[in-house]
Amino acid sequence: MATPHPPRGFDPAAARPFLEQFDRLKAELPGATLSWVRDLRDQGRARFAELGLPTVKNESWRYTNLRALDKLAFQPAVKAETGASFDVLPTVRAEGTTGPRLVFVDGRFRAELSSTAGLPEGVELLNLADALAHQPDLIGEHLSRLAAPDDLPLVALNTAFLADGPVLRIPKGVEVAEPIELVFVSVGSDEHPTAFHPRSLIVAEANARAVIVEHHIGLGTGPTLANHVGEVFVGEGASVHHYKVQREGLNAFHLSHTAAKVAAKGVYDNFILTVGGKLSRNEVRSELAGEQADTHVSGAYMVRRDQHVDTTTFIDHAVPSCTSREVYKGVIDDTARAVFQGKILVRPGAQKTDGYQQNRALLLSDTAEIDAKPELEIYADDVKCSHGATAGELDDEALFYLRARGIDKETARGLLIGAFLAEALEEIPEDSVREAFQGIIAGWQNAR
Amino acid sequence: MIEIKNLHATVDGKEILKGINLSINPGEVHAIMGPNGSGKSTLSYVLAGRDGYEVTKGSVNYFGKDLLAMEPEERAAAGVFLAFQYPVEIPGVANTTFLKSALNSMRKQRGEPELDAMQFLKLIREKTKALNMTDEMLKRAVNVGFSGGEKKRNETLQMAVLQPKFAILDETDSGLDIDALKIVAEGVNALRGPERSMLVITHYQRLLDYIVPDHVHVLAHGKIQRSGGKELALELEKNGYAEFGVNEAA
Repeated sequence: MATPHPPRGFDPAAARPFLEQFDRLKAELPGATLSWVRDLRDQGRARFAELGLPTVKNESWRYTNLRALDKLAFQPAVKAETGASFDVLPTVRAEGTTGPRLVFVDGRFRAELSSTAGLPEGVELLNLADALAHQPDLIGEHLSRLAAPDDLPLVALNTAFLADGPVLRIPKGVEVAEPIELVFVSVGSDEHPTAFHPRSLIVAEANARAVIVEHHIGLGTGPTLANHVGEVFVGEGASVHHYKVQREGLNAFHLSHTAAKVAAKGVYDNFILTVGGKLSRNEVRSELAGEQADTHVSGAYMVRRDQHVDTTTFIDHAVPSCTSREVYKGVIDDTARAVFQGKILVRPGAQKTDGYQQNRALLLSDTAEIDAKPELEIYADDVKCSHGATAGELDDEALFYLRARGIDKETARGLLIGAFLAEALEEIPEDSVREAFQGIIAGWQNAR
Repeated sequence: MIEIKNLHATVDGKEILKGINLSINPGEVHAIMGPNGSGKSTLSYVLAGRDGYEVTKGSVNYFGKDLLAMEPEERAAAGVFLAFQYPVEIPGVANTTFLKSALNSMRKQRGEPELDAMQFLKLIREKTKALNMTDEMLKRAVNVGFSGGEKKRNETLQMAVLQPKFAILDETDSGLDIDALKIVAEGVNALRGPERSMLVITHYQRLLDYIVPDHVHVLAHGKIQRSGGKELALELEKNGYAEFGVNEAA
């Protein structure tokens, strides 16, 4: 439904350059001959034209200002970047082993770096452009069903430009033992700021199981805007463990919207580790749609200099007897800023809901900042819901104790920071992923 | 080896130490006894280098070096060890990780090769056995959920692993029952040697029954009021600190 006036808190003028680019490009986008794909893109375009970018007057964007995007004349990444070399791509796998992996450079699939070998029979792992061209039926039923443009301008923008990204479909009862790795490389261009809009679709049918690890890295020097949208369907009794580490460069804008829907007895487990990006926002929505569904939405972040990291979560307890758990821990140094907005909604009738949310920040400098907005909205009376938010500094006593045992100040700080974040990492049941993430945390500390 | 001269120190602008003079030779065990608020803990923190304790006058010569100019970790690497009255709990850091980091950090500062996991494990097994500590206590986070006695045993274990030249024991007896006190004292006594000096800080004489000092000093009002042999401790036990202008409820 088109609204004549944009709601408060949006800047439609900011949409113009993106719209012009879209209009020039749309005939060449994959799947452009399919009417339902054209319609979907046009809906996205129309909604983005009405809304434009959110402003800080928008309640959901109060603490994250996207005005910096206005000042950069982003060009769409149309051609697959081929110049960069990729000797070593990030992985959680043991050295010398290979497994299923899809690689995207500036949002476009790179087949020669990817592999689907070793997947159980029936599992579909491919890129969206390929699916649009050759197997549109595989995605038509699910695409844009969870992340609809409505009041989400960046989802609208992504939907207009949707062209490529990972598609994973696991049939009923199939368990994928190997972690499926998705590598997103931002390269961009030295000549102009570059924008891309990767779109992910994950469908786990009843009693299927998969571990997905996303790596987001940056290799270029020019500004980039990665505007990700992902949709995750977790079938009855299925479990999807979805881990992500974002370590793009300090010239990268990383915006990500993930929407999951969990059927009865299903499990959706999401963990995001953020160390990179100039400005990043991870919005995760998990809808518990069937009884005894369970979702864990957690993360850790470490930011310094003038980095900005925003974590916005929405847990929707739509039916009774579901559990949700959120544990976020972050370390903020220099003039960096972190935002945590976590909403738990317990709808009428969603009795026996068990919801837990914790968000703790460690401030390493006087100029570091955290804005936290936990929100519980409960319309049922037999529920267990709790949340806690704290912000503090390193414990001076502990620091002195370590130094009095001969541990130098930097190492002592590192030990305490690692210990602080360890609690969040404990939320990751996969050893290989947790250990890889611990290594990234150690690397961040050494890069001081 | 350790020469404290006219040491004055303030905490939050208030003068706590008002001219301490003390010399400790290698192999000697000195006890400092004093009532609450006399400056005992301040002295131990000043020697270990804690922030917030400002030395306004005086000096501490440690093996020819200016101890007060050194960072806490440098003092530790040079052999200074403070056994804390209240050992700090550090959630998320395993006791073994902590001990290994401490030992290797010191070895590195001293230009010695670091111990690998196997060498460290062997060393730690040997030391924990002597202190009647379990493997489980090593796996737990540093001091988290430890009883008072376990915390003090953990301090003694650290001392045994780090092998300091100068150990300051700050009220090691506080919070210990007699059995725990004996275990800790045995651990400390095992470390006595001709190259190792100790400064045992205590309120009560009881500890000195188990760790017998060579010299006893009475600290009150920020100054050493009297020095003597081990018999001085017994005298204090009998007469209290009233002689030094301090009235304490028994």
